[in-house]
Amino acid sequence: MTSDIGAGPSVEAARAAMPAEGPPDRRWLDAYGRMLLIRHFENEMQRLFLKGEVHGTTHLAAGQEAVPVGVCLALEPDDYLAGTYRGHGHALAKGTEPARLAAEMLGRATGVCGGRAGSMNVIDLEHGLVGCFGIVGGSIAAATGAAVSAQRQGKVAVAFFGDGASNQGYFHECLNWAQVFDLPVLFVCENNLYGEFTPMASVTAGGEIGIRAASFGMQSQVLDGNDLWAVREAAVEAVARARGGHGPTLLECQTYRHYGHSKSDPAKYRPPDEVERWLARDPLDLARARLLDQVVSEEELAAKDAEIDVQMDRAVEGALAAPYPDPDEDAGSEFKE
Amino acid sequence: MSEQLEFRKAIRDALDEEIERDPAVVFFGEDVALPGGVFVTTPGLQEKHGRERVFDTPISEMAMAGAAFGAAVTGLRPVIEVMFGDFMALPMDSLVNQSAKFWYVSNEQASVPLVVRSAVGAGGRFGAMHSQIHGTWFQGIPGIKVVGPSSPADAKGLLKSAIRDDNPVVFLEHKRLYSVKGAPPAEETVPLGKAAVVREGSDITIVSALRGVHDSLQAAEELAGEGIDAEVVDIRSLRPLDHETVLGSVAKTNRVMLLEEGPRVGGWAANLLGIIAAEGLEELDDAWIVTTGDTPAPYSPTLEDAWLPAAADVAAAVRERLGAAAPS
Repeated sequence: MTSDIGAGPSVEAARAAMPAEGPPDRRWLDAYGRMLLIRHFENEMQRLFLKGEVHGTTHLAAGQEAVPVGVCLALEPDDYLAGTYRGHGHALAKGTEPARLAAEMLGRATGVCGGRAGSMNVIDLEHGLVGCFGIVGGSIAAATGAAVSAQRQGKVAVAFFGDGASNQGYFHECLNWAQVFDLPVLFVCENNLYGEFTPMASVTAGGEIGIRAASFGMQSQVLDGNDLWAVREAAVEAVARARGGHGPTLLECQTYRHYGHSKSDPAKYRPPDEVERWLARDPLDLARARLLDQVVSEEELAAKDAEIDVQMDRAVEGALAAPYPDPDEDAGSEFKE
Repeated sequence: MSEQLEFRKAIRDALDEEIERDPAVVFFGEDVALPGGVFVTTPGLQEKHGRERVFDTPISEMAMAGAAFGAAVTGLRPVIEVMFGDFMALPMDSLVNQSAKFWYVSNEQASVPLVVRSAVGAGGRFGAMHSQIHGTWFQGIPGIKVVGPSSPADAKGLLKSAIRDDNPVVFLEHKRLYSVKGAPPAEETVPLGKAAVVREGSDITIVSALRGVHDSLQAAEELAGEGIDAEVVDIRSLRPLDHETVLGSVAKTNRVMLLEEGPRVGGWAANLLGIIAAEGLEELDDAWIVTTGDTPAPYSPTLEDAWLPAAADVAAAVRERLGAAAPS
């Protein structure tokens, strides 16, 4: 599939390739709901940014929802996760409350980090999110470190990162490190084909990121990152390997972002036919089709859609009504005493 | 007189005792476990505490600092050794952007209890890439502490405090101090962020750090024979910077000389002198700085000795500024 990127399984093919087993029906529907929540969240952040409510910059993950949601289906609530500056989906998939995440984006005191972090640096330890990192590749290092603890605690750590991060020193150092120490960690590359504005293929030797694992003797898989079922299946296998003491796995999940790299980027460098091909494989459409085909009725799906609409509306309303931090009372301290 | 403690053994003892005391403490780095450290600071720790607690790593400083950060926010208290201070250019992203910022940016969800030990400083003919002191690279980064001992007692007490501290700490070990012997510590720990008056005097305050404290003390002894009574302050911590102890000393002596092994611009001495001027100008009759040259550390003995300020340079500078004659 690497040679024909962007032309992965159609809705029909996804139906035909359905696995024989999976989590209970309700869990698939909830997973779809979480993906939809991420999509709504990103669209809302876009809208609120244009209204001047979200500041600085944001990096939206619309189109990439199946990767974090699929991986988190394989995790326990107390497993660790490290995300990127395109991290709203990572946080929401791991369990961060949408209202608190929205408030963080708006710089409000009720934000998950009290408005100190913003869009790129969200931390939510209560849900195992050790951080989202504004430096490309930082999540790889953080998850490797969390895995040092996880190895002693019977837990698993996951790093999400983009194709661009696979050319950072962190990637090579940490994959070697994790393999040497058999760390229970999943390195999940969200390959959206562009490192910022530059096509991945033009700056990445070897064509594929997944094969880089072979040089470390590490297990790896290249898969369709828009297929929730495929992502979950690969993650379940990798998590079992990690928990069994058999070390790390590299998953290259091929996907596509619907927006540009960041707020300043209209993404005009992407060929229209490529965009069209990927939009036709929207992970939400694929999931809906499969759910309807196998798991739920139209009514149940419509009810889930309505539930998520309400959840998102409430999150944004709550965030907009929340106070800003008080520079006198919320200045904070440099060190923990 | 109690038994003398060697500086390198003080470091080892502090690690040994803290690994023993707290099961969350882990220690890792390049050649620290089986080989026992290139400066023989950590022999036998792995044998005693096991591979779970003390282990050798790949030569991967970025991964090492990242591993320490991630482990520290998930329940461990890592101590890592980045062999030479010069190598600290590699793990700076994780230390500066991850460890130093976590406590604040997370809205105080958790702190990052880790220590990064390194051998630093010139005078060993190690050349430009094995002689730097990286303390000032980190001094301007909120959220990370920077400390360094000059005596075996402080080496043990400060390292124990650093390991027990809930914040990230950069720990500087001057390589020309490892063989120094001195009295063992009087207390279990030495507080971080506090300077120490290591010699009392009334005519001038000399402020230094690490090896420079020894050069300052030697110069003070020379000057004492000439009727100049110098007070010597070991700053011990670059962040937080204890300017109050220095201001207290300057209020007494009205003159201050700051001796730094490093370049003048961007150094801790210039920074501290700025604070002294801002907060204690009325106390000052004279103030100046002695530093290394502005080139990278040279290799050749003649060049390095000329580049590096020594006790004789400190004494000469004080005589010149005080208008005193050199002993004939």
